[in-house]
Amino acid sequence: MALLQISEPGQAPDPHQRRIAVGIDLGTTHSLVAALRHGQNECLPDAQGRVLLPSVVRYLPAAAQGESSGSGRQIGWEALQAQTQDPANTISSVKRLMGRTHADLAASGVLGRLPYTVVDGEGMAALRTVAGDKSPVEVSAEILAALRQRAEDSFDADLYGAVITVPAYFDDAQRQATKDAAQLAGLKVLRLLNEPTAAALAYGLDQAAEGLYLVFDLGGGTFDVSLLRLSRGVFEVLATGGDSALGGDDYDRALADALLARSGLDGHASELPLTERAALLAEARRVKEALSGVPDAAQTLPVAATLQGRALQWQISRADFDAATAALNAQTLATVRRVLRDARVAAAEVQGVVLVGGATRMPALRLAVAEFFGRPPLTDLNPDEVVALGAALQAQQLAGHLPATGEDWLLLDVTPLSLGIETMGGLVERIVPRNTPLPAALAQDFTTYQDGQTALALHVLQGERDLVPDCRSLARFELRGIPPMVAGAARIRVTFHIDADGLLSVSAREQSTGIEAHIEVKPSYGLSDEQIAAMLQEGNASAEQDMRARALREAQVEAERMAAATRSALAADGELLRPEERAAIEALLAAQAQARLQEDAAALDAATEALAKGCEEFAARRMNRSIATALAGQNINQF
Amino acid sequence: MVNRSGSEAQQALGGATPNPEPIPDLIRPLNLRADDFTLFGLPPGFALERTELEQRWKQLQRQAHPDRHATQGAAAQRVALQWSVRINEAYQRLKDPLKRGAYWCELQGQSVGAHDNTAMPAEFLMQQMQWREALAEAAGAADLQPLQAELDAERALRLAALEAAIDLQRDPRAAAQQVRALLFIERFEQQLHERLDRF
Repeated sequence: MALLQISEPGQAPDPHQRRIAVGIDLGTTHSLVAALRHGQNECLPDAQGRVLLPSVVRYLPAAAQGESSGSGRQIGWEALQAQTQDPANTISSVKRLMGRTHADLAASGVLGRLPYTVVDGEGMAALRTVAGDKSPVEVSAEILAALRQRAEDSFDADLYGAVITVPAYFDDAQRQATKDAAQLAGLKVLRLLNEPTAAALAYGLDQAAEGLYLVFDLGGGTFDVSLLRLSRGVFEVLATGGDSALGGDDYDRALADALLARSGLDGHASELPLTERAALLAEARRVKEALSGVPDAAQTLPVAATLQGRALQWQISRADFDAATAALNAQTLATVRRVLRDARVAAAEVQGVVLVGGATRMPALRLAVAEFFGRPPLTDLNPDEVVALGAALQAQQLAGHLPATGEDWLLLDVTPLSLGIETMGGLVERIVPRNTPLPAALAQDFTTYQDGQTALALHVLQGERDLVPDCRSLARFELRGIPPMVAGAARIRVTFHIDADGLLSVSAREQSTGIEAHIEVKPSYGLSDEQIAAMLQEGNASAEQDMRARALREAQVEAERMAAATRSALAADGELLRPEERAAIEALLAAQAQARLQEDAAALDAATEALAKGCEEFAARRMNRSIATALAGQNINQF
Repeated sequence: MVNRSGSEAQQALGGATPNPEPIPDLIRPLNLRADDFTLFGLPPGFALERTELEQRWKQLQRQAHPDRHATQGAAAQRVALQWSVRINEAYQRLKDPLKRGAYWCELQGQSVGAHDNTAMPAEFLMQQMQWREALAEAAGAADLQPLQAELDAERALRLAALEAAIDLQRDPRAAAQQVRALLFIERFEQQLHERLDRF
């Protein structure tokens, strides 16, 4: 397979210029960062050698700030340990709150199950802590910043960017919130990648798999099923499904409920003091994990907890645990069945089931999955690490490091949810069906419904349901200045553009007059740029750096890359330029070379920027010819 | 709020790209306005191997997808994006037999006029009425099974006729008529499924 290599930026052979890109699994219960290190794709450990970072942030009262690294918060293991004693200020499972309003959460029943207080915040829900109200984006940014710091320490270098994974069913608001968190943590997001796709990526490369694969991802707080087709190095998502409120935590809760029932307290969980509830759940989790390692289903383990001030003890066997959680296993398989039906695939056609998430270590669940598919699931890779490892592979590619021959792949992703426009009667007209391959541009014509109507209100929605209130509102905008016509005479073409990142922009154009309106969809629940800027100002989520020295170094590296790429492009494809065009580029190159002699980052950036801008048309021509020729070459090879 | 106008969903394209000079390569490059069949290197027609189409799609995306040119700068990325969108557009159209048939007709200058059902033969209109009655009278999911079977059989027949009209007779008018009938069957089946969901 001939690879398209038309210029060198990003592939600088000089190791100190090699861009460092990482994969981050920002999980509900724990998070990881992975990268290619010493030729090995691996999860990066912290100073204590642990790869998992609990996705837990504890906020400390102002008085305590002096003691704990001056930051007023604890992240990861330290915070997790404090969870029982300080549940109200220790934020866990924040992923469930991303991009959600207080009303959303109240409706889905998530609120009653959280040990901390959620209040109505600006745009999305906020968390009330001793250090003030925190948005889920800020909390996630703390976790991401900790992972970024870990990676930068591992490489002793700044990061170029990160691929961050999200559940496949995350809607635009949740994706945007994740991006906002990354920005707040000082991370450049190369791509948001669906978690199951990342898992398949990790497996596909290691095993050169071909065929239909189902990824069964039961994390701490989310369940995610994706059916993928792997062939000739292309990863295609055929169908996805899941449940954003089902995960390993629910197994803990089911066991805790069973314990409460044994103590005659069933249905009273919400009346227990917060500390007792948190302690009971922590104990349930401990027993769940311990039971997964017990070979004999009948053997019992001791469980202890304090309920309403009384110290209690129970004996629990795996059989007890399995009985308490059988309904949850059945719930996961119901989702699997739906996904298969969506894709019109029988269970027997699936060639492999990839298990992801620590919760898939539960023997009863593995057995249920094996029985459903008639084959044991794949468990070669650590189910906690597989998503981060896959993300790191794509981060490599997006940082410009082409994979070695034989490992050549391309991820072809699809839209996870349908996109459409509100029409008369509160109905949603679907314009982009879900599972449309990305990038995509689709258009549909609409018209006015009143005589003399001069403006059109457009309401962009996401979801599979037919009625507007059942779908998620992404954006509203207006097309104004339509010349007065009789109803139905105007022809307004609404076009949805989705780039490879899944980012949506919508434009509307009246065909006879050419008037246009356009919107980049920033979901209604996302943070505004001003909010992010304000958080960055006050925030200390990203570590303090010597900004000036860093800026100059970055400017020099970028300048060198750009100059080298331009020179080799001129050498390779100079004939695409008229003499005066070439002279203009040469002049910009000379000016940039001058600027490199001074130690002024801003001036150098400006010169590099000018060179890049001056080369835009040239770059577009080269790319166009290159692709056009490559595609035609493909067709010739075909016959 | 907006009203849906008469025409079917259409796919859109990015703007034109510069193509300044004649190119000395032996291979003649494509351009963004090439039709779907040309873009995919397939003879214009109806019959095609689904697996072959998919492989062609993936091969083309390997060349054009923006991720393959991740570090090439904004202008080059935009061009890659346009190509990639164009390839996906063609793929979505070619892979659906109905859309493919309709597209072939349009290429021959024969509008399909999807919403204009008046030109259909009387016997097809009769059949439609019978189906609608059967749907309205069904009391349970079991009642709809014969109807579903009838629809499946009719679709298979019409698809075969569409293939013959395009690949053998090269008759755009006859093909367009089959496309219209198939569009009706598709919409009717959707109603049938909605009805099934309510039982």
